[in-house]
Amino acid sequence: MKETRIIMGMPVTVEIADERAAKDDLGMVFSYFVYVDDTFSTYKKGSEITKINKRRMLRGEWSSDMREIFDLAEQTKQETGGYFDIMTPEGSYDLSGIVKGWAIRNAARMIAGAGFKNFYVDAGGDIQTGRLNPEGKFWSVGIRNPFNTKEIVKTVHLKDEGIATSGTYERGEHIWNPLEKKMVADIVSLSVVGPDIYEADRFATAAFAMGKKGIVFIESRPGLEGYMIDKKGIATMTSGFSQYVS
Amino acid sequence: MMKKFFLSIAVAGLFIVYIVIDRFMGNTRSFSVAPGIASPTTEMVVPPVQRVKSLYRDGKYTGAVVDAYFGNVQVTVIVQEGKITGVQFLQYPNDRSTSREISAMAMPLLKSEAIAAQSANVDIVSGATQTSSAFKQSLADALSQAST
Repeated sequence: MKETRIIMGMPVTVEIADERAAKDDLGMVFSYFVYVDDTFSTYKKGSEITKINKRRMLRGEWSSDMREIFDLAEQTKQETGGYFDIMTPEGSYDLSGIVKGWAIRNAARMIAGAGFKNFYVDAGGDIQTGRLNPEGKFWSVGIRNPFNTKEIVKTVHLKDEGIATSGTYERGEHIWNPLEKKMVADIVSLSVVGPDIYEADRFATAAFAMGKKGIVFIESRPGLEGYMIDKKGIATMTSGFSQYVS
Repeated sequence: MMKKFFLSIAVAGLFIVYIVIDRFMGNTRSFSVAPGIASPTTEMVVPPVQRVKSLYRDGKYTGAVVDAYFGNVQVTVIVQEGKITGVQFLQYPNDRSTSREISAMAMPLLKSEAIAAQSANVDIVSGATQTSSAFKQSLADALSQAST
């Protein structure tokens, strides 16, 4: 069973391959994403993060989820040498680099908690897979061509793993390098496969901000593999990436 | 021939790693091979990395000239007992002498390739976040097609 809805301004798709999956099981997941959007979206006037950015909430009033996200963001900032930073150039907090992967992972845990094993959750191209697809094979995930979004340029086969792609091609060059205080221009796409989507997403975001050396950073992190595409259409992959290709 | 080509690409990618590490990451990852490159007369002997599989035939292969971000790279690679045991740089950026030899085993083997469109017959597509309505429609359509 599979369904796509537009939440958080992006298509969110949930597929559960187990036969007993029902519409309500998917609805539970979509409801969770709506909650995440209502809480963490900087585009929503009434969201908790908007109130925080407008200095209308004291830290002691924050929800436990908000405190968790800020803690995780701080941890990620330290693990990436400052390349991951939720503080924007304007001085407000933007949690989009960490909330999505975290929310997808939580959604996947909800599905697993309901007793399902074979599924995936895809929010705007960041994906958590569980076990196998309806044909009993690993889930096949195409990496989109950054120069032609109707094409894919690589296929990986995942089972209980996450894949996230950071890129400049969708909204223009929207990845900010907080250390050099400029937009990233050298590379156009970086896909990271990790033990779960939270790990893949946060490190994809940070490594993309590093530009060309991001793929080296991914190589240095145990459990992560990456596929980087530069503006000339040359891809560079980590040493273990090929294990997912064939 | 294809194998040699990919091998040369792989080695060029490896050299990119060296350049990148040298320029940006020297403090966070230390590779004992780096001083060997700075000093042309030094040949480093480094224990093999276990992750590398023996995919290659024994011999000495010279790769094509490859654009490696910071300039052209051309290498010769030496394979013994199925493993890369040495790499000679015939060309590389800021180079004045040639045949500087390093051990390939000291560095992670990043591989490079030109991207090419593949069959779109996949379960899911990973890409950077897109918000335009046209994209949403397209992706929803693609997703529905993907579910056979």
